[in-house]
Amino acid sequence: MNKTGKKIFINGNEAIAEAAIIAGCRFYAGYPITPQNQIPEYMSWRMPEAGGVFIQAESELAAINMVFGASLTGTRAMTSSSSPGISLKQEGISYMAGCELPGVIVNMQRGGPGLGNIQGSQADYFQATKGGGHGDYRMPVLAPSTIPEAIEHVMTAFDLADMYRTPVMLLSDGILGQMMEAVEFPVYKSKKKLPEKDWILDGAKNRKPRSVFSLMMQNPTILEKHNYKLAEKYKKMETEVIHETYLAEDAEILVCAYGIMGRICRGAIDMARKEGVKAGLFRPVTVWPFASEVVSKLGKKAKKVLVVELNLGQMVEDIRLAVEDNKKISFFGKPGGAVATKEEIFAKIKELIK
Amino acid sequence: MENNVIICGSGGQGILLAGTVLCRAGLLEDKFVTWLPSYGAEKRGGLSYCAVVISDKPIASPVIGRPEVIIALDNIGFDNYENVLADKGLVILNSSLIKREVKRKDAVVLGIEITEIARELGNARIANMLAIGVYAGISKSVKLESIIAAMEGVASEKYKELVAVNKKAIEKGYELGKKEK
Amino acid sequence: MKAVYTKPISLTETANSYCPGCGHGLVHRLVAEVIDELGVRERTIGIAPVGCAVFAYDYFNFDVTEAPHGRPPAVATAIKRCLPDRIVFTYQGDGDLASIGTNEIIHAANRGENITVIFINNAVYGMTGGQMAPTTLEGMKTTTTTKGRDVKVAGHPLRVSELLSSIEGAVYIERVTVIDPANVIKAKKAIKKAFQNQIDKKGFSFVEVLSPCPINWGLKPLDALKFIKEKMMEYFKLGVIKDSTNSKESK
Repeated sequence: MNKTGKKIFINGNEAIAEAAIIAGCRFYAGYPITPQNQIPEYMSWRMPEAGGVFIQAESELAAINMVFGASLTGTRAMTSSSSPGISLKQEGISYMAGCELPGVIVNMQRGGPGLGNIQGSQADYFQATKGGGHGDYRMPVLAPSTIPEAIEHVMTAFDLADMYRTPVMLLSDGILGQMMEAVEFPVYKSKKKLPEKDWILDGAKNRKPRSVFSLMMQNPTILEKHNYKLAEKYKKMETEVIHETYLAEDAEILVCAYGIMGRICRGAIDMARKEGVKAGLFRPVTVWPFASEVVSKLGKKAKKVLVVELNLGQMVEDIRLAVEDNKKISFFGKPGGAVATKEEIFAKIKELIK
Repeated sequence: MENNVIICGSGGQGILLAGTVLCRAGLLEDKFVTWLPSYGAEKRGGLSYCAVVISDKPIASPVIGRPEVIIALDNIGFDNYENVLADKGLVILNSSLIKREVKRKDAVVLGIEITEIARELGNARIANMLAIGVYAGISKSVKLESIIAAMEGVASEKYKELVAVNKKAIEKGYELGKKEK
Repeated sequence: MKAVYTKPISLTETANSYCPGCGHGLVHRLVAEVIDELGVRERTIGIAPVGCAVFAYDYFNFDVTEAPHGRPPAVATAIKRCLPDRIVFTYQGDGDLASIGTNEIIHAANRGENITVIFINNAVYGMTGGQMAPTTLEGMKTTTTTKGRDVKVAGHPLRVSELLSSIEGAVYIERVTVIDPANVIKAKKAIKKAFQNQIDKKGFSFVEVLSPCPINWGLKPLDALKFIKEKMMEYFKLGVIKDSTNSKESK
């Protein structure tokens, strides 16, 4: 079955799964959790069809550790879950960072903390961008706003993972996973010149044995050296910033939002412009690395900055750091699963220009 | 031109399917479409709704805060969405199942015995197709042929024998909707 | 001159860091000898646990990784599925396999993964300093059961081999020990069978080794061997616990 080059109507979860297959993902392990169940369901038949391995794992921990194992063999591997499940996967993500193993983790966020609810949410921004697992590591995090963009950035995620030997997260949400949109699957071609995988474990035939590990306690300097080496890598990863602006150049009110809220805010900005209000949008696609310089420049020019998120205010901290003018910055959030509508955001914009 | 509609009722009424057929019809006309469903733990019963946007331009928000049109197939759906209807918005109301008075005095209400007519056509379960037929007839957001083609496209082998009756429902709905303009 | 005793090629020159009287070094050697004898060193991938054997990648002369605590069966599952013609084994202790990793071992067995598992049961958490393990015997003193394991609050020692034997997907389970030459020979035979099963695509094979930990038990090495013979083997009976390899078609 080849879906490339045809316009099809598909939900976000299935589109992400198919995009992974197109990007050469040949191993998927997952565990059922709403609202991302279409990903393992789709992979259960599609992955074998593509000649890859699908495993319904016994737990989220097992799933991420299976990705760890598949990645060791050089296979492009992915797992997916939603917020509570992603908390469980943090162990494996930290080990992958420590072992420098590539892999893609999809988080179709839902409400929290705890079991929360199953509605779309953006409450895992801190967890995704500031660590999540233990240890001093960084991981690229991509936050698509539409289904076509999710497809594009599943592919970006696999490339970044192989480029830097790192776990990469696609930070999406239940809304994007459940909604349907028309998409055209592109032909996959890596935009990067990817390094050869000369570290994989496939049997020490005609070469020296290899080992992949993250325990570095033989002497105190080994871990420090390892972490400095990783730090060099993180510095390079910081150049992989992706963002979008919309009518931001002359914006007096700069709205900052990502993922599903990014596109809804675009609707609010259209409403504002129609009434002559100069509103514009800054939308990070990579939420780590963060386009701090861009937002700093735009934020300094704007009179007001409005950050919109489906949480109590998380990305707003990165915006504050970049804009360096707290008085300018307002926050509008929905922390319980309800989605802020463009009408509500537009009302908030109007309030700010009064 | 952007059309938005919320279709609401109870699980089992084919609410979600009706929304996808509308979107697929839009797609056949090369329009931009988004479909956003409710999703919950239960598969039958309970509130079911979907938000459909059909537009000539890329769609910013798949979430509809103030729908221009609500298709309400039963009380559960209507009770939940009556409040958010846009000012002077349209309600396509299934008067077979919704007997109460409409609270929103500004609303344009088109009451149709959707379930009853569907039953007369041969199957109460095609009420969903009849309803989107009405919507297309009145809103002109998609063409009649597109809805029929979209419906035929999603009917699986198992349901092929139901295509004819669904087509009748869509046509009947369209005719009822068109009359209202 | 004929060499009667040499280092297996599957072991490196690195001196191991195990305590005096520990059973790990001996079992490492048995695994290495078996891999040499089966001629599979160049296609073997080992998975080390978290625990005393965490540095196994320094001692084995083939590809080795180190999994998070308890997860080797999940890691092994994926490696074997991606590279079905490689020989994949996990080497796990009782904390790793029988406590934090019970879920992973049960489900790897249940899926009938064609892997080999070497399970070191020394009735104690070694690397962390001698805390109670799921396999700690009743009344046995550890740093978290200073008055001896009280089964009323800490439960009875877990017989993992027997537990796994009820699982359809597990084809071969044997419990052995390494307390004397005769038992070492038996242990090697069991380990060899567990690897041969994998080569023959028979399915999930599991060898539990009762192994001494004199330091954490507070015993002299010889007394530790006596402890296994008199105490552990009373509760953890040696022998083949399950063998359906002959009735299993290779898969």
